[in-house]
Amino acid sequence: MFTVFERFADLVAFNLFGLEAGTRLGESVHFFFYDTTKIIFLLSIMIFFISIVRSYFPPEKTKKLLSNYRKITGHVMASLLGVVTPFCSCSSVPIFIGFVESGIPLGITFSFLITSPIVNEVALVMLYTIFGWKIGTLYLASGILVGIIGGIVIEALGMEKQVEEYVYQISAGESEIEELDWSDRIDFAKAEVKEIVGRVWKYVIIGIGIGAAIHGYAPAELLAEYAGANNPLSVIAAVIVGIPLYANAVGTIPIVEALMGKGVALGTALSFMMATTALSLPAMVILRKVIKPKLITVFVTVVGVSIIGVGYMFNFIM
Amino acid sequence: MKITIYGPGCKNCVNLADNAKKAVAETGVEAEIVKVEDMKEIAVAGIMSTPAIGIDGEVKIKGRVATVDEIKELIV
Repeated sequence: MFTVFERFADLVAFNLFGLEAGTRLGESVHFFFYDTTKIIFLLSIMIFFISIVRSYFPPEKTKKLLSNYRKITGHVMASLLGVVTPFCSCSSVPIFIGFVESGIPLGITFSFLITSPIVNEVALVMLYTIFGWKIGTLYLASGILVGIIGGIVIEALGMEKQVEEYVYQISAGESEIEELDWSDRIDFAKAEVKEIVGRVWKYVIIGIGIGAAIHGYAPAELLAEYAGANNPLSVIAAVIVGIPLYANAVGTIPIVEALMGKGVALGTALSFMMATTALSLPAMVILRKVIKPKLITVFVTVVGVSIIGVGYMFNFIM
Repeated sequence: MKITIYGPGCKNCVNLADNAKKAVAETGVEAEIVKVEDMKEIAVAGIMSTPAIGIDGEVKIKGRVATVDEIKELIV
């Protein structure tokens, strides 16, 4: 199916640039053109279909659905809905207020807010295309699990007082849920493709560029020693390094793939990806508007520890 | 007429405000465009996904950037 991209990369790397197949530079350049064209093509198609599915789950509907569930079922549902509800970090405050105000427990709200950014459609598409369905599915399942666990712990800690008082005083209006027909959904999906691909293509290219360089040049023995499955501290280090790297969430995947090719362990790589998406400085700054510093600390700790746990689990079972 | 653009100031909100300006200019309708950037006020309006556009205090389209044509239909 991807021979057309392979041919294109052959043409550019070996004919246009006159590089030799089999040399380091030739293979790196070939890999770069093959991966960028293939991924941007697949991203466009997949985002289109994912957006059609997502058009059935606006946050207002999710809120209504969630107010019917309590306890474990509530956390599981919140985490699952976090996967399909369209979400951008700039909407997290209105979503948080809307959920809490309508009586959804704090922990269940967090289950949603944790999973939503981890299982982001772009990351998922890149994982499935670069690593295949097994690792993609593992990532999906563990993202959902981290959301469920994180929400349950926050609920158990009884952090209701750590929400800014004004949140409880707001009475949010009910706004209508827009009725969409098929042509609306297709328009929505097209707009999403344009918006998302327009936003992430640079990171894809930068990430693949760095990945290509690693493919050709990074010292495999060194990485395997420091970030392989045998180094028990590698997962923790990966999570700490991943937290400030928000903007490059998409770009990190090709880099991680190249690093894994050089011996970095799977769990370490997955933890790193989750940390870049779930815990980021800009997201915390936004959340600070509705929750107090103590709950932010709890949030970062709980999610960080869960991600580290997932990392060790994968390093252990794979 | 009052057109309200709800959004915390991200790129999509700017695009939506530009579309609203275009729609107003193209139809010649007399309208004032107001931006609501405060998260509290956005939540009070019952909006959970930004950007959103409201006409005379009533939220019409939310969670996406309404096109110039859609806004024209709302204001004419």
